[in-house]
Amino acid sequence: MIDAVDTMVLARGLRKSFGDSEALKGIDLDVPTGSVTCIIGPSGSGKSTLLRCINHLEPPTSGTLLVGGQYVGYDLRNGRLREVRQSVLSQRRAGIGMVFQAFNLFAHMTVLENLIEAPMAVHRLPRGEAVSAAMLLLERVGLLDKAGAYPRQLSGGQQQRVAIARALAMKPRVLLFDEPTSALDPQLGREVLSVMRTLAESGITMVVVTHEIEFARKAADQVIFLDAGVVVERGKPADILDNPQSASLQRFLSGTLTATRD
Amino acid sequence: MVTAHPTPDYPISPRRNYGSWVIVAIAVLIVALLVLMLVRNTAFAWDAVLHYLFHPLILSGLAVTLQLTVVVLVCALVLATLVAMLRLSSSRVLQAIGRTYVWFFRGVPALIQLIFWYNIGMVVPVVSLTLPGVGTLFSINTNDVISPFIAAVIALSLCEAGYLAEIIRAGIKSVPSGQVEAARALGMSRGRTLRRIVVPQAMPFIIPPTGNEAISLLKMTSLVAYIAVDDLFYTAQSIYSRTFETIPLLVVVAVWYLVAVTILTIGQGYLERYYGRMDDPLPAGMAYRVWRVALAARHRSSK
Repeated sequence: MIDAVDTMVLARGLRKSFGDSEALKGIDLDVPTGSVTCIIGPSGSGKSTLLRCINHLEPPTSGTLLVGGQYVGYDLRNGRLREVRQSVLSQRRAGIGMVFQAFNLFAHMTVLENLIEAPMAVHRLPRGEAVSAAMLLLERVGLLDKAGAYPRQLSGGQQQRVAIARALAMKPRVLLFDEPTSALDPQLGREVLSVMRTLAESGITMVVVTHEIEFARKAADQVIFLDAGVVVERGKPADILDNPQSASLQRFLSGTLTATRD
Repeated sequence: MVTAHPTPDYPISPRRNYGSWVIVAIAVLIVALLVLMLVRNTAFAWDAVLHYLFHPLILSGLAVTLQLTVVVLVCALVLATLVAMLRLSSSRVLQAIGRTYVWFFRGVPALIQLIFWYNIGMVVPVVSLTLPGVGTLFSINTNDVISPFIAAVIALSLCEAGYLAEIIRAGIKSVPSGQVEAARALGMSRGRTLRRIVVPQAMPFIIPPTGNEAISLLKMTSLVAYIAVDDLFYTAQSIYSRTFETIPLLVVVAVWYLVAVTILTIGQGYLERYYGRMDDPLPAGMAYRVWRVALAARHRSSK
């Protein structure tokens, strides 16, 4: 593993096709270590695909994608990218946390079991250590009293906070959020966003696909606007959100502003 | 504004349903006639039924039937899991192999498969292994190895696995894909994901239909009478072919199948209720449950 890198996520000419349709048409992306990048764009613009390429849930069709200076699903040997073994891929994915739109908590496990499963399986943490680490994380997201509850007994906002804690339990180097508040009503969305704001301030590298323009404005170091598989604009949130240059971003912002939450 | 309105408590009389009374009367009449026939018709020979019900030969036949059911169910479950994995694999070739298996072994009647395996010696008379330069390592007559019981186990397992494979596949497919994605994203291995995430959540979908299969398998084993496995039915047959007490022995056989099926049905009810609750799906070992109970107890006592 390469320890200190300046650019946590680096993409050059990243392409991804599904059959005949090309979802990503050559994406360049730099996510500096310790920064927060928000990816915005209309539905079907390739935001989620880009995110899923970063942890190799979708293998890219071509182009370069490095996380922590390293390919995720491949090893470079003799000028060829060779697919790595499943176990190696799993080890690398363990360093890339992901929070899903639909939470995807393990439905048959309690909150605590959700949090300790992967650390025990992947990091071979003893149960006691995993439990105490999990309790600290639950305290951080304000859900210590829900350790013994099952996901379906929690509100959507609580489930998403547990999902964030579950991702953090793996001590990831970068945390990916795939529209984390899209399935929530505004009030529950706010409690998730406030947890994410705290995380952003703690210095963890985050890549957030979101429709929350206000979150992007306040928490992001960099905003990327994606449309039809292409990066149309990128830059500081103030420049991008308050002074959009392209017609598509202007159209997108005027459309979402009405739906924006505080 | 609420106006004054008289609201006395009138009694409510339920709707009369005369039609159902007629049907009940007819049903009672039919049952009474049946009972009368069962008691008065000498063909049933109830003393013979009683005599054979706990006859050692019948009981040993019952034991063979139960043994066959359990052995076939276990073999079929193992095989079915493999076939389901083939059908769920990402390789199109493996998928096709799995699909062909299900197509063939579900499509050919069990009785025909049974008689085929009983006569496998006609197809493959001798099994031997000969290495060039070493000579023949072993050579055995197929008929010495494939006893009627073994033939029955092979045929019924292959057949039953076709049905169970579909049940297992459907159960696994019913687990939302987000569960697998979450496990992958956390860096969990494929095996661990299957064992800890997918299978426990698939169980509530797999157990009830598997219980149904077990019940129909129990009855399907009576087919082995055709290849002279001394199960419950074959034993009864061989007795009544000598004594001509056909009807009483059929009653005995029916009673034992009903008893066995009833016990299985009750067991299935328990399993269904157990797996139906999402709170406690598959216990990942007893220790895990004990740990949970202990946690709960500590939680309560600290309050």
